[in-house]
Amino acid sequence: MAKSETRGRQPILAADGTPLKDALRRSQAVERRRAFSLVAPLLFFILIVFAIPIVAMIWRSVYNPEIRNYLPQTAAALADWDGEDVPPEQVFQAMAADMIVGTENRTIGRAAARINREIPGARSTMMRTARKVDEWSSPYREKFLEEDEDWANLEFWRILKRESRVITPTYYLLAMDYEYTSDGDIAPRSEVYQIYKQLFFRTAWMSILITGICVLLAYPISYMLATQPTRIANLLLILVLLPFWTSLLVRTSAWIVLLQQQGVINELLVGLGIIDSSGRLRMIYNQTGTIVAMTHILLPFMVLPLYSVMKTIPPSYLRAAKSLGAHPFRAWWRVYFPLTIPGLAAGCILVFILAIGYYITPALVGGDSGIFISNLIADNMQGSSAQLKLAAALATILLVAVLFIYWLFNKLVGVDKLKFG
Amino acid sequence: MVDDRKPMVHFDSVQKSYDGETLVVKNLNLEIARGEFLTMLGPSGSGKTTCLMMVAGFEAATHGEIYLDGRPINSVPPHKRGIGMVFQNYALFPHMTIAENLAFPLEVRGIGKAEQKQKVQRALDMVQMGEGGFHGRRPTQLSGGQQQRVALARALVFEPELVLMDEPLGALDKQLREHMQFEIKHIHETLGVTVIYVTHDQSEALTMSDRIAVFNDGVIQQLADPETLYEKPENSFVAQFIGENNTLRGKIKGIKDGIANVELANGEMCEALAINAGPGERTQLSIRPERVEIDPEENNSGYTVTGKVEEVIYLGDHIRTRMSVAGNSDFIVKTRNRLGARRFNAGDKVRVGWATEDCRALDHGE
Repeated sequence: MAKSETRGRQPILAADGTPLKDALRRSQAVERRRAFSLVAPLLFFILIVFAIPIVAMIWRSVYNPEIRNYLPQTAAALADWDGEDVPPEQVFQAMAADMIVGTENRTIGRAAARINREIPGARSTMMRTARKVDEWSSPYREKFLEEDEDWANLEFWRILKRESRVITPTYYLLAMDYEYTSDGDIAPRSEVYQIYKQLFFRTAWMSILITGICVLLAYPISYMLATQPTRIANLLLILVLLPFWTSLLVRTSAWIVLLQQQGVINELLVGLGIIDSSGRLRMIYNQTGTIVAMTHILLPFMVLPLYSVMKTIPPSYLRAAKSLGAHPFRAWWRVYFPLTIPGLAAGCILVFILAIGYYITPALVGGDSGIFISNLIADNMQGSSAQLKLAAALATILLVAVLFIYWLFNKLVGVDKLKFG
Repeated sequence: MVDDRKPMVHFDSVQKSYDGETLVVKNLNLEIARGEFLTMLGPSGSGKTTCLMMVAGFEAATHGEIYLDGRPINSVPPHKRGIGMVFQNYALFPHMTIAENLAFPLEVRGIGKAEQKQKVQRALDMVQMGEGGFHGRRPTQLSGGQQQRVALARALVFEPELVLMDEPLGALDKQLREHMQFEIKHIHETLGVTVIYVTHDQSEALTMSDRIAVFNDGVIQQLADPETLYEKPENSFVAQFIGENNTLRGKIKGIKDGIANVELANGEMCEALAINAGPGERTQLSIRPERVEIDPEENNSGYTVTGKVEEVIYLGDHIRTRMSVAGNSDFIVKTRNRLGARRFNAGDKVRVGWATEDCRALDHGE
């Protein structure tokens, strides 16, 4: 109401006759510029080393330039092909021309490698033909077919046609254990090759489990920290933070020493006669190992937000609830617990998101059954079998999953209510 | 109003120590009658809040027993004591609405929804917050005074016989505080509940209480109604702590019929009621500023001493004159600002006097 009133009237003027709002904006401009110049270096840094690489990664996961760039004429010629029969002469002619150019520029190998990823063996066919093609003359079709019967393979040409588009979902299909059939339909891969979907689910449920264990361990500790006198609380807090001060590798090797089959715990149990020497527990290089080590590493991320929230809850709330007749448990459940939810939620989302992308610990103590999706992403990024684009697709799915969880969380709890400390 | 059945609360030689070396509460014996408004008054660290917390059950007595309505309660947990309590910072639950806050004690007692609603409304009406749409608001959306009222209503909504208040008005500004004092007093009179009230503000204590227990150093220095406390303090601590007080140091030469003959610091002599200082002992004379007269007419009072005006402060309804008397340069005289009242100027030499009954010879203090 007040707004419409002022709008109806003349704008308020500053002493020199300019509108007051402009004057205010001008007077604050210096302040704004100064504030921006303070954050500018960080902004620049984040842009260069964080935002741009992520965009590049997402782009790379769908970018498919090899055939379009290295076999340009073939790609154009295939656009009119109906895929029903062995392509006509003009397609072979375009292929021959592309091969000649490609051999000169040394790019034909890259195109061949790209096709080889879809049809194993296609690479050698292509390279062999490419070496001879400059001696041939038109018509090319028969010479190609004579040279290698693979050139009559319809699947080869269909894939070539499909992959001549610049943007492809192929890697995402792979990352979710799907693939194109020879007819161009999308179908699940044969079960032997299905690894990613299962691993995504395992990563998710193990992260949930780790988050849950962290809550159970951290809640009482945080409560104790928050209610002790400062001197004792600080000492305990240092103990909680101790894992932060030890190298990740050192901590993990400590767990190996403790948990392995010839390790401290097993020796102790055997020594006490609780288990047989033949029945030594497998606690490492499997899921148990991953869960134990990661819970230990991520615990402080749960304790700190919980502690900082609990510290702000005056003890008089619980006292008030008790004085009003509530049993201590009920007082806790109705009064104390709801007030700790912002810290609890912050701790959960922190631990869960850290856990879902964890790499080093599962790699060291996870064995086969305890590895996470990050470990396969890493596998796809290195070594001779590197598939950087598949790795990019897997990483992008992980990123989207994390963003989705964050969004869901914001819907349910509200990010503005979070207290990280 | 105050009846003489079993006392509502009875401290029986209660001691409290936190560290096993010093006593915060030293051998407390106190009976609080049903329907009484008793204030525990004292400086911080005097043990008054500890006493309150022992009644509420949040602190355990190191020695001795507390009886509630004749039953020993040392081993009764707080939530079974049925005592209402108003906390210093209100302790309203921030995640619940006003109505939910008030319904909480009813809910944990298993009272039905309809009755809850009715009682919540009645309690809010009592603190004048029944109307105005406060039910659905959160405590943080209320002003300090409103939060205070809600806290009061919450402590009363389950109809406890005893209500404890721990400096409930400490966070309010002066005007609101004075207003709330009257309101609490009226609610106490209307409901007839027993109230134990803790404060360090002596004017608050004087305004509201039936009786005041002045605490210092873990000991009740004096337990009396406000008038007695102000007019007849029994020791120098109470005289200093309650109201404004002029102190003159001296030595008792002799006591006759309860009247002490005192030699002041500058050699002048005067008479005072002998309260707790014996012949030959050093003493502190206590005289209230409004009982002092400047240049009194002859025969009006027992003794006069010389004084020098240092400063005159005009306060509208009264005038404060600061003067040097018998070595004390902070001797205050309050005079009513009535028509034709004599004004003094700094430097004037005058005589000051008072009635012997208004001058009390107390222990010499620290």
